[in-house]
Amino acid sequence: MRVPKLATGLCVALATAVPANAQTPIDGAPELRVLTYDSFVSDWGPGPVVEAAFEATCGCDLVFESAGDGAAMLARLMLTGARTEADIVLGLDTNLTAAAAASGLIAPHGLSPALDLPIAWDDPLFLPFDWGWFAFVYDVNRTPTPPTNFAELIASDLSVVIQDPRSSTPGLGLLMWVKAAYGDEAAAIWQGLAPRILTVTPGWSEAYGLFLEGEADMVLSYTTSPAYHLIAEDDASKAAAPFAEGHYMQVEVAGIVAGTDQPELAQAFMAFMTSEGFQSAIPTTNWMYPAVTPEAGLPEGFETLHRPGTSLLLSDDQAAALRDEALAEWRDALAR
Amino acid sequence: MPWRVEPRMIFWAAVLVAAALTLLNLGALGAVIWRAETGARLGAADWAAARFTVMQAVLSAVISVALAIPVARGLARRRFAGRSVLIVLMGAPFILPVLVAVIGLLAVFGRNGLFNDALALIGLPPFSIYGLHGVLLAHVFFNLPLSVRLLLQGWARVPAEHLRLSSALGFNGWARFRHIEAPMLARVVPGALAVVFLICLTSFAVALTLGGGPRATTLELAIYQAFRFDFDLGRAALLALLQAAIGIAALLLLARLTLPDTGQRGMDRVAPTPPGGLARVIDLISISIAAAFLVIPLAMVVLRGLPHVWGLPPPVWLALLQSLKVAALSVGLLAVMTGALTMGALARRWPEGVGMAALVSSPMVIGTGMFIVIHPLGDPAHWALAVTALVNAAMALPFALRAVLPAARRAEADFSRLSVSLGLTTRAHMRLVLWPRLRRPFGFAMGLGAALSLGDLGVIVLFAQTGGETLPMMVQRLMGAYRSADAAGAALVLLIVALTAFVIIERLIGGKDAGA
Repeated sequence: MRVPKLATGLCVALATAVPANAQTPIDGAPELRVLTYDSFVSDWGPGPVVEAAFEATCGCDLVFESAGDGAAMLARLMLTGARTEADIVLGLDTNLTAAAAASGLIAPHGLSPALDLPIAWDDPLFLPFDWGWFAFVYDVNRTPTPPTNFAELIASDLSVVIQDPRSSTPGLGLLMWVKAAYGDEAAAIWQGLAPRILTVTPGWSEAYGLFLEGEADMVLSYTTSPAYHLIAEDDASKAAAPFAEGHYMQVEVAGIVAGTDQPELAQAFMAFMTSEGFQSAIPTTNWMYPAVTPEAGLPEGFETLHRPGTSLLLSDDQAAALRDEALAEWRDALAR
Repeated sequence: MPWRVEPRMIFWAAVLVAAALTLLNLGALGAVIWRAETGARLGAADWAAARFTVMQAVLSAVISVALAIPVARGLARRRFAGRSVLIVLMGAPFILPVLVAVIGLLAVFGRNGLFNDALALIGLPPFSIYGLHGVLLAHVFFNLPLSVRLLLQGWARVPAEHLRLSSALGFNGWARFRHIEAPMLARVVPGALAVVFLICLTSFAVALTLGGGPRATTLELAIYQAFRFDFDLGRAALLALLQAAIGIAALLLLARLTLPDTGQRGMDRVAPTPPGGLARVIDLISISIAAAFLVIPLAMVVLRGLPHVWGLPPPVWLALLQSLKVAALSVGLLAVMTGALTMGALARRWPEGVGMAALVSSPMVIGTGMFIVIHPLGDPAHWALAVTALVNAAMALPFALRAVLPAARRAEADFSRLSVSLGLTTRAHMRLVLWPRLRRPFGFAMGLGAALSLGDLGVIVLFAQTGGETLPMMVQRLMGAYRSADAAGAALVLLIVALTAFVIIERLIGGKDAGA
């Protein structure tokens, strides 16, 4: 029998595997743990720049803990509850903040920096670090005359990919967009949209991938998505369709975890978050608008983007209250 | 092992593995229930999800296995240039990350895919992949190759003497099928159906993306959404119980349908020349269509990825290293589990049942449950590698058992009396009789386990933190950062590494004739 040898090998492998993965903190430096979403900490996200910039001044070790997307992050926070080791949660949006606030796990940040947002902001618990407008993105070569509102989209023969509101924050954003623009008529809009919707994906990546592959004419994304193609790929063929109803906003926020063992550091991080070192990284890593415009302005290429005249945003309480009704309307229309 | 006293160690090893698997499933579920608020109920939408899940899983299993029969028969009896390469490539769809495989499929069956180009050439209206048929197409793409491999092993166990006798008696194709192949299939097909059913039971990204909307919601997706959207652990646990009940019911049903292996014995002689004529044409057509269906989408993945492999950013290569670590550990665990349960299952029934149901709980629930258990004990990120390897090994166990166990039962039925009459010790019996007959299916099982672990984007997502990403996670991140070209390159690397690992492990363990 080979089992004993294999078992021994396995124990050795397990024993060596665990420490190999462990963190190596700076000696004696306090650790600040930031719970955030996956694409923030990815090598192409703002994470690495933000970490270097903050660690240069804080005398601390900034550790990111990532969990899927914004909603998965909130689920992680709720799962760990008061025992969480995170000091900061970063990356919730306004559709999720009501639930986070209700959990009692978030403490007031006590800051009131000047923000460059199209709307007023006075939430005591959460502070924005970036924002954007949802939009349907299309290819100018394939779709020379894009629809200019939901009615035209419904009347067109275009195919659209959207995300599932139950598993994706942009998907939930679209639900709120239709609700904010059409209120009681939202159900009728969804019934009209249903034939235009090619498919619903679990997350943003799958939907955007399908659009890039040419499977669909339009994809639910952000007005800033074309900036990536323009700046990183020198490709001006993608654009966001301006909608007359106005565009729903996604405001991404961070908050201090109430049970933090590093309240001063957490406070310092929140202040740093709206400063130059953090904000200048946002436009070309997260491809969103920074909450505070950097001194040098927005990167070249952002001026070509559509800036909607009307910004739609439901308050977090309204969003939470309308969510289930809006989801039922969506499901009934699309399940036919 | 009815003819010999079974060493106690085998029994206790099987008990240990069974206990670990039960603890993994029940412990995780228990942890989720423990953290849940009370009063969860299933709604109409959940039952609709259950109905859709069962329907798509049944159809996927039946279609995959039915199509696999002619293909496996053709491959079993024909020898042609490139046969072994084709068999290896057939393993590829199964191990590809879902996202990558879907993009390969879309390059063929999508709106601008080759298939629609061909339809347009002959003036037919375009085909849309989105809908139940798209879900089935993708599931057959993933599972047809696996079914072929499992059935091929059935054919490999038909004693050559039977074939010689049948040709000496002048059997026609139908008589050969009725008397030789059908009895073999009756023993192999239920197991293959069970395996495919279990895989499709937990499918969610494919089902939703190609299913065209919320009507294609599966139970696994409902579980995922109960966790994330409603943070309703009670409902998630209830849904997971429902899903596990369906899986166990299917396993029990198929176990009842499976006939015990017969006392057909062979002396490992050379098979006679296969029949020509119409049989030859049918084999040729089945193999060609299956090869085209499986290889063209893979070729599209290669074509898309190839230009971007050299320029891949360094984190991709670090992620590859991490993936290899997970896979190595996972294969080690899988070898222990497969060995213990196979040997244990020769004398009794329960080890097979436990192994087949190794991952009957939803992967999402197992991941979350393990997180709840581990979190108070230490930083879950430190456990990412071990937990992922364990879950991956449990995931691969049903396939491994389906490959190894029938061969073990066969060898035991054929040779254990002989071994006893020769006075061989258990150790000698294992080394001289069982191992030469089991190393091929065992090599296949371990190769599959490695590849599956390399391609899996499962529980690691809940545990890993920066620096601990695996390659499938990296592909996902690249796509999430708009970098679809790099993602295509990384996906190709993943495809190559998974296939290479599969081939190397299969040959190392199975010997140089492995893969036949």
